[in-house]
Amino acid sequence: MKALATLLASAAIAFAAPATAQSFVVTNATVASGDGSEPIESGYVVVENGKVSAIGSGTPASNLPAIDANGAWVTPGIFATVTSLGLWDVGAVSESNDTRAGGAPFSAALDVAPVINPSSQHILVHRASGITRAATVTLPSSSIFGGQGAVIDLGADPDAVTQARAFQVVALGEYGGRIAGGSRVATHTLLRAALREASANRAATSADIRSDDVLLTRFDAAALAPVARGEQPLYVYVERASDIRSTLALKSEFPRLDLVLVGASEGWLVASEIAAAGVPVIADGLDDLPANFEELAATQSNIGRMVKAGVRVALNAAAMQNPRNLNQYAGNLVALTRMPGADGLTWGQAFAAITSVPAAISGMGDKAGVLAPGAVGDLVIWDGDPLEVGSMPVKVYIDGIDQPLDNHQSRLKERYRDLDESDLPKGYDW
Amino acid sequence: MKKYTLLACAAAFAVAGCSTTGGSSDVASASTKDWTAPVGKDGNAPFPSTYSPYPGRPTALVGATVFDGRGGRIDNGTVLFRDGKVVAVGDASLATDGYDRIDGSGKFVTPGVIDIHSHLGDYPTPSVQAHSDGNEATSPMTPEVWAEHSVWPQDPGFTRALANGGVTSLQILPGSANLTGGRSVTLKNVSARTVQGMKFPGAPYGMKMACGENPKRVYGGKGRAPSTRMGNFAVNRQMWLDAQAYDGKKRDLGKETLNGVLDGEILVHNHCYRADEMALVMDMAKEMGYKVTAFHHAVEAYKIGDLLKENDVCSAIWADWYGFKMEAYDGILENAALLRQAGACVVIHSDDENGIQRLNQEAAKAQAAGLRLGIDIPDAEVVGWFTHNAAKAMGIADMTGSLETGKMADVVLWNGDPLSVYSRPEKVWVDGALMFDAMDRKRRPVSDFELGQPGEGDVK
Repeated sequence: MKALATLLASAAIAFAAPATAQSFVVTNATVASGDGSEPIESGYVVVENGKVSAIGSGTPASNLPAIDANGAWVTPGIFATVTSLGLWDVGAVSESNDTRAGGAPFSAALDVAPVINPSSQHILVHRASGITRAATVTLPSSSIFGGQGAVIDLGADPDAVTQARAFQVVALGEYGGRIAGGSRVATHTLLRAALREASANRAATSADIRSDDVLLTRFDAAALAPVARGEQPLYVYVERASDIRSTLALKSEFPRLDLVLVGASEGWLVASEIAAAGVPVIADGLDDLPANFEELAATQSNIGRMVKAGVRVALNAAAMQNPRNLNQYAGNLVALTRMPGADGLTWGQAFAAITSVPAAISGMGDKAGVLAPGAVGDLVIWDGDPLEVGSMPVKVYIDGIDQPLDNHQSRLKERYRDLDESDLPKGYDW
Repeated sequence: MKKYTLLACAAAFAVAGCSTTGGSSDVASASTKDWTAPVGKDGNAPFPSTYSPYPGRPTALVGATVFDGRGGRIDNGTVLFRDGKVVAVGDASLATDGYDRIDGSGKFVTPGVIDIHSHLGDYPTPSVQAHSDGNEATSPMTPEVWAEHSVWPQDPGFTRALANGGVTSLQILPGSANLTGGRSVTLKNVSARTVQGMKFPGAPYGMKMACGENPKRVYGGKGRAPSTRMGNFAVNRQMWLDAQAYDGKKRDLGKETLNGVLDGEILVHNHCYRADEMALVMDMAKEMGYKVTAFHHAVEAYKIGDLLKENDVCSAIWADWYGFKMEAYDGILENAALLRQAGACVVIHSDDENGIQRLNQEAAKAQAAGLRLGIDIPDAEVVGWFTHNAAKAMGIADMTGSLETGKMADVVLWNGDPLSVYSRPEKVWVDGALMFDAMDRKRRPVSDFELGQPGEGDVK
């Protein structure tokens, strides 16, 4: 902790300046690159003009301003996938919550990009927890299609959206079945009907679709066209082994589909099939209960077993109380390597599952979630092992810009550091 | 698709879980007395516990770091237990003749983990409507219901809490739809065919109360009182006045529970988030002559640590839940540390079938947040947040919750520091009987529900 105080002080001196992309080098760091490899001791990272330009061990030849990390951990920012970051202030205050649109006339056409609020406390809190980018999307609610998600950054600037309309989501399984009319059968019929309409490419131009032809509006069918063409990934929410098989089988009918499985609690039962299909999975990290009948085989070893079978797996932020628990969940997967009969991940694999793998699934492979030349300058300096409970960032850079870490919570913490009201009420303490 | 628990609760107010359910001072009313309802004509209390400890071997855990649950730490310690009880806790010089020696080098020993706030059994998995037995949401006051009558002992959640969380005792509470939700039941986390077979012998009953958003929403939504926070208090106060007037001539199940509270025999566990509201509840308790044992979900407790200490009320809290409802908007990671700084009692709770598997990690998060604020809380004390302090607030601390001579041998051997994410329970004993062993796949319970299902007997 003392070393970190020094680090903070030196960092403050070095960068008390403006919020523009900086060029600097971090030395004497424990560097985890995020690519699945194990951390490098005494490493360095060079950031130039907002992008990573070099990473290695030892000391780089560089004239750039240097930050001595004193051995602290330096990593890429965490990439949280399948989140609602930027879409709500208070979950249960519906006026502040844009995650559902059950009464909307549209579904697949919904697009979160224009409504992301970079000033939401939810974003501020998660930035301070080391999450620098996220894939955000609304929940399927008026139809099995949830709409188009965006890749966002959590920077303190007005431009949150890194990529709009980055992916489409569809719910199959129990949840989708409820929406579709009461059963899984309806989800498959609806999905096929919609994809055929989208493939026929009539949707965008024609008024010849009879209004009772499909359950989607023309606008929705048009939105699905890039999915049918394989230009936009389709995230499929699915849990049960048999539902996963049915999902993989869609490729025989619609070969261009770019599928991603989300949830997949029974994925380990069909891991070799998922691997053979080359489909990545955004999996629930620690589900181990038969929460419903489609997750009877849930186990914390699910991810370890899928990775062992050759599946690319990212952790699903939607499966936890808050995305900021991603690193805790990843640490738990490492803990499993010490349990007889259980399957976990190495530290490097676990960290990749919350950095480079979700970034790659989101279309930012080699660009985010990794410290490598050419990647965005999303960098976090931590006060401890980033997978250990309680570790928090001391510095966060997004696109090479030093980020403010204050938020509603940190202000409350400072106000209530003591309960002294001898001079004035707490309302004057700010 | 329960991945969206948070949002589902937020948006749809689902029945289970988050939004609908919601120091060192001793709890005055803690008691070993097996208080139940007034006895029947046969002189017996109803639904008596049939739990009895399973056989165990005389066991000596040697060489591990021992946290006793009450702030004590012994490096290279020795813990001896036999016949279901802790015999001695000490250093390496303790003689172990006559005991099976288990080498704990590089490992850690703690008391069994205790969750003061669980709905296992009442909201079991699979979380289907047919299993939704946690809220008798038909009246804002249901002191007459007992959580034990809803517990499904086959809930697979009990087994996960044991194997992954080291949980040996837990309190099952009714949900928080009602101002007065009914009686809680304290269980030993031992697989049983009946709930009586899990009931913790001699544990006092608790009564669940709830303030704030949930009762006013549920009943306001039905067009009846309470629909506001002032309605919450009005209905509650009138309930207490009516209870005080009860003469006991004709049995009334609700009044029996309320009078158990007024007599100090039943402990009040009050779901309450906001600081200002907790202060009002404590004043109501004074007015009506009862005591709040613990506020649960006390997200804003850090704002009134002084008041909570003064009133000798524990705060049962999560480490980091916030923002999912308006009354959770001011949740901060430093809650536990600030409470501890004020000298108030801290308990880490779950209210969640997943969180109950990681209470140790939640405590570690809260500890780390304190350290960043300059509040350095020793590991040995933090372990007490999910062991001894929980036991105190449940009125069972004279029986379990710490490793002390004569107490129940509820013990966890961890394969590393329990405050690290990389550690897991390796062995768990309940009353000296080995009920979980990571090294022996048959030494883990499998519920009836899971037999013949995919994943039966898996490590989970």
